[in-house]
Amino acid sequence: MGLFDKLKKDRPGIEIDAGTMPQEQSEQPEALEVMRDSKVGIFTRLKNGLMKTRNSITTRIDQMLAGFGKVDEELFEELEEILITSDVGMATAGRIVEDLRLRVKRDRIADGDGVRRAIREEIAEILASEAGTMQLRTKPSVILVIGVNGVGKTTSIGKIAHMLKQEGKKVVVAAADTFRAAAIEQLEIWTNRADVPLIKHEEGSDPAAVIFDAIAAVKARGSDILIVDTAGRLHTKKNLMEELKKIYRIIARELPGADMETLLVLDATTGQNAVSQAKTFSELGGLTGLVLTKLDGTAKGGIIISIMSELNVPVKFIGVGEKIDDLQPFDPDTFVEALFGLTEL
Amino acid sequence: MAFEGLSEKLAALVKRMKGQVRVTDKDVKDMMREIKLALLEADVSFKVVKDFIATISERAIGIDVLESLTPGQQIVKIVHEELIRLMGSVPAKITYSSAPPSVYMLCGLQGAGKTTTAGKLGAVLRKDGKRPLLVACDIYRPAAVKQLQVVGGQLNIPVFEMGTGTDPVTIAQKAVAHAKSMMYDVVIIDTAGRLHIDEILMDELKRISKAVKPQEILLVVDSMTGQDAVNVAGAFNEKLGIDGIILTKMDGDTRGGAALSTKAITGKPIKYACIGEKLGDIEPFFPDRMASRILGMGDVLSLIEKAQTAYDEKSAMDLEKKIRNQTFTLDDFLEQMQQIKKMGPLQDLLGMLPGVDAKALKGMQFDEKQYGRTMAVIQSMTKRERSYPNIINASRRIRISKGSGTTVQDVNRLLKQFEDMKKMMKQFSGPNGKKMLKGLGGMKRPF
Repeated sequence: MGLFDKLKKDRPGIEIDAGTMPQEQSEQPEALEVMRDSKVGIFTRLKNGLMKTRNSITTRIDQMLAGFGKVDEELFEELEEILITSDVGMATAGRIVEDLRLRVKRDRIADGDGVRRAIREEIAEILASEAGTMQLRTKPSVILVIGVNGVGKTTSIGKIAHMLKQEGKKVVVAAADTFRAAAIEQLEIWTNRADVPLIKHEEGSDPAAVIFDAIAAVKARGSDILIVDTAGRLHTKKNLMEELKKIYRIIARELPGADMETLLVLDATTGQNAVSQAKTFSELGGLTGLVLTKLDGTAKGGIIISIMSELNVPVKFIGVGEKIDDLQPFDPDTFVEALFGLTEL
Repeated sequence: MAFEGLSEKLAALVKRMKGQVRVTDKDVKDMMREIKLALLEADVSFKVVKDFIATISERAIGIDVLESLTPGQQIVKIVHEELIRLMGSVPAKITYSSAPPSVYMLCGLQGAGKTTTAGKLGAVLRKDGKRPLLVACDIYRPAAVKQLQVVGGQLNIPVFEMGTGTDPVTIAQKAVAHAKSMMYDVVIIDTAGRLHIDEILMDELKRISKAVKPQEILLVVDSMTGQDAVNVAGAFNEKLGIDGIILTKMDGDTRGGAALSTKAITGKPIKYACIGEKLGDIEPFFPDRMASRILGMGDVLSLIEKAQTAYDEKSAMDLEKKIRNQTFTLDDFLEQMQQIKKMGPLQDLLGMLPGVDAKALKGMQFDEKQYGRTMAVIQSMTKRERSYPNIINASRRIRISKGSGTTVQDVNRLLKQFEDMKKMMKQFSGPNGKKMLKGLGGMKRPF
């Protein structure tokens, strides 16, 4: 479709980094990520991160609308297809288009611009279901980070720890992924970057024991927030899901009444299986938010529209790069605006 | 999911057609829409689906409504066949270089599972009689080198690394030289995860490839990938010229449409599928099984294979004889349970059956422990008790329950179950019994 070539050309953001990256990277790969781009504002980064999403969806909607002057059946079908190719999912795409159809009829929308505005409003409505701030009022409170393998849990924790530290919070991180090879070391590098203490045991030890010790450390130090990293687990593995329940139990027992955020990390590249993941993890109870990672690729992340419409769990953060501050609070309005490119950020 | 009943949906459409002389264009269009939705729900790329539908339509129009009994199923069969054809009719084998070492370069997005796969690939090639060397070229992700070292350590496969301060191209070159001098005949290079649009890192891969001339460049793809799979695979293939694909995380409940998308867009075969977290959990890729999975038809072949390895024909015949002669004892019952246990967790087995909805299974609790308890009860009986359960009186029941760590109620329940089963078996041994038994087959659960 030539979409990819188009994206390549449309990426001025990458060009800027190009000059400085190779030398720095070979010398000091770690310091680099922290330092790079720290001057660039939050909106620019969000915009860059979302540019692929926006370009692909809106360019194609534009192209389509240009090709179809009148509002007819084919237009709706095409719109549905565009949503599907953004990983929105069949059910949600169908629902959005159905709603759009009614709306077009009711409001007598007869031109492409009107249809475009209408679909943007439809999606904004779904995404704006709930505010995405973390509810951590007690001291201490807990952030439990869960998800399937390879979605970016450890990296996201590094970023969240950094963000909270910047806000002046006293953070402790628990390395409860005792399963994956070198997961503890990976987290240790991130906590060093964020400059927050890490409580860890040996690889292969009981995750619940790590959390038990971490809670003791939090109490002793008078820390504000405990962030718990967990091993990646496919939601279909019953015994691993049982292990998560045990983790829940120990936190509830050791920190009764503490506020707790359970964040499910989802990879934007994932297709319809993300819905299944979100559903199964939410069945454990206590799921309070989503973190959508890897939005800096060509993946469109449309799956969150599907998840939010089916589960009503808000997206709290989005990951838009590999740098420590490449984690943004999810703002539905900004997201939709950037997605459809109607407002320049 | 909307997808579960593709064949039912098609059957309903066909029913509507009954009485018509020919399949009309609209009929075909309706059917194709169902197939399209099904494939999209399985995450097959939209573009691939479109091409696919065009092929299927052509074949479907030729079907005679009146002649065929189940045109719906026939169309599913065509879809299935075409899926297999698209993914490569036979499993693709990995190739070795005529001048060792054979170098394999793994690449892919972040979090696809390259490092774990590197270890798994090493293990599988070692089984083939090779001496593998793993190479840590991911100098960017924190602790990636350490991770490969741990994986290598667990498998007892050596890992070549130069820390995180050396250019990956240099590491790869030195590793191949090292392999030559140390007589390693397989070199597996683990590279950093990267976005396919990251020009600098993509260029790094190109330089590694140029420097070590890999026998195969293998793209590692997460089987849960959505519509973006075509962009990713297309870009890696375009820039590097990949030779094959390895699908990971197949042990989840994803339909795995990415398999079809990546194969269709690159034309390169899928060589392996990773099916679990253990380092032995890798197997050759079977297009026919994947086609069934994408269509939600259940992995019947894997199930049959599992049953075959766990259950030989001879013991099945013995059992049949025993049932017919009514000499089936608690010992046979025990043996039966051990056979089934050998086939793996019940949940996995049921999930492979066609028509069993994975979602419905989710709510069900399979008490694997109940199995163990039942077995313990039988094992706590004397030989005589197992052959003649009638002699088990109250005091024997108390002894058995104590011996197996269960309660008398558990023992009673088992004995009742066994009696019921024997009654059922009596029916089999009647004049029509032989026929019924044949139908049951060797792997039917005895309770």
